[in-house]
Amino acid sequence: MSLLEAGHYHRFEAAGRPYLYLVNSAAVFGIDEAADAVLKALNGRQRSRDELLDDLAVVYDRGELDDTITELARVRAITEPLQARPAKPKKVFPLTPFPVTTTVINVTNQCNLGCTYCYEYGDDKIVDTKTNGKPKFMTEETAKDSVDFALREAGSNKMAHITFFGGETLLNFRVLKKTIPYARSRAAEVGKDVDFSLTTNATLLTPEIIEFLAENQVGVTISMDGPKELQNKFRVFHNGQGSYDVVAPKVKALLARHRSRPIGARVTLTSGVLDVTRIYRHLTDEIGFHEVGFAPVTSKDARSWAIDGNGMDQVLAEFVKLGHEWLEAAVENRHHGFSNVRETLQEIHQGMSKAYPCGAGLGLVGVSTDGQVALCHRFAGSDDHKIGDVKGGIDRGAQRDFLESHHIDEKPDCNSCFARPMCSGGCYHEAHTRYGDTTHANLHFCGWVRGWTDACLRIYGELAERNPAFLTQFDSPDAAGERVS
Amino acid sequence: MKHLKAINSKAGRVERFVSPPAAVPVPQAADGEADVVALQGGGPPQQPGGGAHIPIGCSLVFSPGWEADRTGGTAGLCQPVERDLFDCHIGCFWPAHVPDMLNHAPDWTGKCAAAQKDWRKIDIVFP
Repeated sequence: MSLLEAGHYHRFEAAGRPYLYLVNSAAVFGIDEAADAVLKALNGRQRSRDELLDDLAVVYDRGELDDTITELARVRAITEPLQARPAKPKKVFPLTPFPVTTTVINVTNQCNLGCTYCYEYGDDKIVDTKTNGKPKFMTEETAKDSVDFALREAGSNKMAHITFFGGETLLNFRVLKKTIPYARSRAAEVGKDVDFSLTTNATLLTPEIIEFLAENQVGVTISMDGPKELQNKFRVFHNGQGSYDVVAPKVKALLARHRSRPIGARVTLTSGVLDVTRIYRHLTDEIGFHEVGFAPVTSKDARSWAIDGNGMDQVLAEFVKLGHEWLEAAVENRHHGFSNVRETLQEIHQGMSKAYPCGAGLGLVGVSTDGQVALCHRFAGSDDHKIGDVKGGIDRGAQRDFLESHHIDEKPDCNSCFARPMCSGGCYHEAHTRYGDTTHANLHFCGWVRGWTDACLRIYGELAERNPAFLTQFDSPDAAGERVS
Repeated sequence: MKHLKAINSKAGRVERFVSPPAAVPVPQAADGEADVVALQGGGPPQQPGGGAHIPIGCSLVFSPGWEADRTGGTAGLCQPVERDLFDCHIGCFWPAHVPDMLNHAPDWTGKCAAAQKDWRKIDIVFP
């Protein structure tokens, strides 16, 4: 007699009803009481269909139960272990040459701030910009080569996204200012569209720069950590002086003038900077940002700014609180700028199941000041993570090796995790900092990622029940932009 | 399915994939080549009697304003009509009907967070 067992799913409740997140397909199903009872009866043990029917027919109609089992088996929420299973499918690789959608151009590796936690200059840096002989500033010529690279490697894509990054990006505004018109004219010549964004610490914004960014519709992300005492804790000038008083008025001036693209804040959470709600309120209500995204600092455990387990629990609790605020806004069709929840919901809605945690080395690459192409901006300039250069293009062999070794199938730790389709092992740079190995899964984040994924699934279920029309905005596959942090 | 309800897009695709196909004869063209059928995408036929689905009210044929297909629903209309107002900027002449949100009317949809509910709040814009 064939036996049934539970498949790989995560059960959660929202709006008082049970739901399933199926790990292999990333599908979300609402289930009724009978289906819930069948799954509970199969929890941790195998049983035959007849046994199940006999047990549960006391409460539910036998015919309905039979249908329920068939439906659950059809979507693979339950499976038959004794049946010959198809061989594990081979790893699926992206089609190559995969087009580059976003080219991050690091126009300088210098910075006028000395934030202690910075992954580029702090104790955990990958590239020592003082000794590696790379130019401090990208030349106009290399920037133009990078633009040509972006347009060429975009392949059949109509659109190429170019992001300027640093160091402090605006230290090399001179080159940036010439690169944008060049990119526009080159794009027009080859029949493509191009758009621009940059990340800055805002200290160097001037009325002229703000005007230029607004006129050229350059998307801007500001690295800022919150109210004065939090911002000044780590985001300091080289002499130790806090940057808040310099930054705040400049950001307000930017937000007042630059209306052509939404402007977001990007907050780094550290040991002393964990008050997510207070930071969010300050940056939206008092400064005026359209949206705010948070990321825990990347560091080794021993660093004074590293967040310990208790700190991460606090961050999760605050995220969940803000997430529910976002939900109430969404139910009433109001905007709420907590971008972390929005991005996760988009992935849940589309049912994304990723073989790779992000687009690094695939759709997104980082270019260092000398024109070397690396996995992403965080690895720019690192010879160990190089996958080409702007003149010669992507080294397809190196890219293939990278894709082989970083595929989710190569991370056995992730096999049993329900959050796998969305996390896929997490950031390569984080893994490199923690474990010295980009292929390693970020095991120190697992509990946190599962907690956050569960919270977002609940929010999603709640929204699907209370305002399903809101979710249709996530239908378009490119509804979310590429974010660089 | 009766006991499971597809919630996200992927669940919808899984459901379409695993559900037994409806017993509907697929119309064949006389010369043996399959007919080109747009907008149907599987699922039950929207028009009784089979045959290729002809959307009426497509903005490529008529001015916008046809807001129901011949069954009285919207499922058979072209994508811009179904979604109305938003997201019809691609592959269709409707962009001309949408104000320039970047330069001249940045706040056009400021009061409208979800088109399905708030479309009455969208202002009239004269270019």
